Amino acid sequence: MSLWVDQYRPKSLDGLHYHRGLSQRLKSLAASGDFPHLLFYGPSGAGKKTRIACTLREIFGPGVEKLKIDQRVFLSPSRRKLEINLVQSNYHIEITPSEAGNYDRVVIQEILKEIAQTQQVDLNAKQRFKVVVINEADSLSRDAQAALRRTMEKYMSNMRIILCANSTSRLIAPIKSRCLLMRVAAPDSEEMTSVLLHVAKKENLNMPEEAIEKIVEDSSGNLRKALLVMEALKMQSPNLTGSLSIAKPDWETYCHKVADLIVGEQSPARVMEVRTKFYELLSHCIPPTVILKTVAERVVERVDESLKADIMHWAAFYETRMRIGNKKIFHLEAWAVKVMSLYKHFFFDIDMSSFD
Amino acid sequence: MASNFFNSRSGPKTSVKHTVDPALQPWVEKYRPKTIDDVSAQDHTVAVLRKTLTSTNLPHMLFYGPPGTGKTSTILALARQLFGPDNFKNRVLELNASDERGIAIVREKIKGFARQTPRAQAVASDGKTYPCPPYKIIILDEADSMTQDAQGALRRIMETYARITRFCLVCNYVTRIIEPLASRCSKFRFTPLNPESAASRLTYIAQQEHIDVNKPVIDALINVSNGDLRRAITYLQSASRLSSTSVPPTPILPSDIQEIAGVVPDKIVNDLARTLGIDIDDDMDMDSSMPPKFNFSAIQKKVKGIIREGYSATQVLSQLHDLVVLHPILNSKQKSACALVFAEADKALCDGSDEELWILEIALRVHKAVSS
Ligand SMILES: Nc1ncnc2c1ncn2[C@@H]1O[C@H](COP(=O)(O)OP(=O)(O)O)[C@@H](O)[C@H]1O
Ligand SMILES: [Mg+2]
Repeated sequence: MSLWVDQYRPKSLDGLHYHRGLSQRLKSLAASGDFPHLLFYGPSGAGKKTRIACTLREIFGPGVEKLKIDQRVFLSPSRRKLEINLVQSNYHIEITPSEAGNYDRVVIQEILKEIAQTQQVDLNAKQRFKVVVINEADSLSRDAQAALRRTMEKYMSNMRIILCANSTSRLIAPIKSRCLLMRVAAPDSEEMTSVLLHVAKKENLNMPEEAIEKIVEDSSGNLRKALLVMEALKMQSPNLTGSLSIAKPDWETYCHKVADLIVGEQSPARVMEVRTKFYELLSHCIPPTVILKTVAERVVERVDESLKADIMHWAAFYETRMRIGNKKIFHLEAWAVKVMSLYKHFFFDIDMSSFD
Repeated sequence: MASNFFNSRSGPKTSVKHTVDPALQPWVEKYRPKTIDDVSAQDHTVAVLRKTLTSTNLPHMLFYGPPGTGKTSTILALARQLFGPDNFKNRVLELNASDERGIAIVREKIKGFARQTPRAQAVASDGKTYPCPPYKIIILDEADSMTQDAQGALRRIMETYARITRFCLVCNYVTRIIEPLASRCSKFRFTPLNPESAASRLTYIAQQEHIDVNKPVIDALINVSNGDLRRAITYLQSASRLSSTSVPPTPILPSDIQEIAGVVPDKIVNDLARTLGIDIDDDMDMDSSMPPKFNFSAIQKKVKGIIREGYSATQVLSQLHDLVVLHPILNSKQKSACALVFAEADKALCDGSDEELWILEIALRVHKAVSS
C-alpha cells in the first residue's frame, strides 16, 4: 500500500487543487504548438514535481506514466566511470544531475545530445518533441549551466527542457531568460486545509478541525509534510479518539533539545554535550543547514528580544561558512559557542548595570 | 544503452535536421538585425563600421559591453554585408563559449583557418555584389571565457596572419582580455540600450507579430530588462505566448511581464520595507503612516511569507537595494550601512547560502540601519 502523498497525488492538471490559474496556463501551453522551455521554482513541498508530471500527461497522455528506471554509465574526462539513474518513458526522461557531482556537465551534454538526435517514435504522439526534466537544477554547476545554455537554443526542434528548482538565485541569467518562469508558491492555509479534508474524506476519516488546523500550522506550506503527518496521526490512533498529539519528526524534537541545552546553560561541558548531539543529527543525514536553522529558530523563540537579531546574524554567517567549508560540525559548533557567549554577556551586562 | 528512449533514433545521426519552423523561432533570432543599419542605438560604432564597408580595410576589433546590446548581431551583420551569403561560410569562422576553445583548439583549428589563403570570391547567387575584401574574419564570441593561455596563443596568430585574417573578439568585460591582445584591436564599446531605442524596437516587433501591446507593457519590459534587449524580446515573446494560448485570449498586462521576469510585485517589497521601518509613500491604508514598532517576529514572519511565495532571494535583494538607495528620506549614513549588508548578502547568495537566513539577515540589518 502506498503512502497517501503518493496515492492521492493528482494525475492531471484539472485534478490539481490550488493555483488554478497556473494550471490553466500550463494546459493552454501544452495544447499549443509553441511549447517553450519551462523553469518551475518554489519552496519544497509546494507541488512542483506533481505539476510537472501533470503537464507531461497533458502533453503526451497516459503513456508518460509508464516509467522505467535504468542505470547509465558515463565517462568523465579523466575516464572515471559515473553511474547515473535515469527515469524515463517513451516521451520524456528525468535526470538529477547533482548525482554526478562535479561531472554534471558531462552528463547533461551527453544526454541532451543523444535526445536531440532521436526522434519521437510514436507517430501518434501529440507533440514531436521529447522532454528532458532536470531536477534540482539550482545545484547544477556553472559549467553545466553554460553547456545547457547553447543546447537549449540549438535543439529546440525536437527537445524541450523542464527545469525544477527551489530558487532561481543560483541559475545563470542566460538560462533564466531562455525559459518561461513558472513560480509555484506554497499553498496557503486554506488551500492546505482543503487538500487535507479532501484526502480525509476519501479515507472516510473524520478529522477533528483543531487537528487539521494544527497540522497546517506546523507544516508551514509544505503539503507533503502535512499529508505525512496526517497519515501518521491516523496510524497512531486509528479511530481518532482521545487527545491527539501531533508528533513532530524525531530530528525536529532532537533539534529543539539542542536549543534548550544551549539556552539552559553556557559552559564548556555543555558545549561538548551539544556537539555530541550535532554529530548524532549529522550522522542521521539531516542536512546541516536544516539543523542550524531549526535549532536557531527555537533558540530565538526562547531568548530576549534584543538578542534575537544577533543570533540569526551568526546563523547566516556560519551557514555561509559551512557551505564553503568542509567540516560541517566545526561551523555548527562555532555558532553554538557564539550564541552561548552572546547569551552570557547579555546577563553579565545586566548584572553589571545593577551594580551602578 | 538498452533504453527504448535512446534507441528510437530514425536512421543515422545526421538525418535529424535542426530546422525550426519560422513560426516557432525565438524572436531574438528572427529579429536579429540583418544589416548594421538595423542595429539600434549604437550610433558611433555603426558609423565607424559603415565606413569599413566601402574601404577594403578592417582593423582587428574588440567589441565589449553588457549582454543583449547587439555585439554578436553587429559583427554577424557586418560579415554578411562584407561577404554575402555565398562566401560567408568559407570566409568567416565563428566560435563561442559553448565550443571547445582550449589552447589546443587555438593552435589547431583557429590557426588552421587563419593561415588559409582566402578562397576566390564565389559568384553571389542572389545577384547582388558584395565588397568581399581579400581577408577572412575569425569571430571569437564570449572571448572573456577563454583562458589566459589560449589568449596568449592567439597573439602570435593574430600578428602572423594579419594580412589575410582579421579577428573580432566579443566580450562583456574588456578587462578579462589580456592586454597584448586588447592593444592590437580597435575597441568598440556597446552601451545598454536607452529606453527610447528599446521601446521603438519592441514596438516594431509587436507590430510585425500582430500583437497588441500598450505603453505600460513596453515600459514594464524596459524596466525589468535594464537595457538588455535580448531579455526584453524574450519576455515579450513569452507574454504573447501566454496571452494567445489562454482561452479566451487575454491582453498582455504589465503584471504578466513582471511575473515572467520573476520580479517580486512592488506591493510585497513595499510591505517588507514598511515592516523594516522604511517610509513608503504609496496609496496604502492610513495606519501605515504610524511607524511600526520593531518586532523580531513580525520581520521573521514577513520573510517566511516571501519564501513561501517562492520569490528568489537575489531578486528580493536587488529590489530592496533599489528601494533603499533611491529612497528620498533615508540619509547617507543609513544608506551606506544598508549597502554593506547588500554586498555581503550578494556574495553569500552566490556562494549558495540559505535564502531564508539571508533575507532575514538583510531585513534585520536594514532595520537596524534605518532605525539608528
Ligand atoms: N542594438 C540593437 N539593435 C537591435 N536589436 C538588438 C540590439 N541589441 C540587441 N538586439 C536584439 O537582441 C538580440 C541579442 O543581441 P546580441 O547581438 O546577440 O547581443 P550581445 O551583445 O549579447 O551579443 C538580437 O537578436 C536582437 O534581436
Ligand atoms: Mg553575444
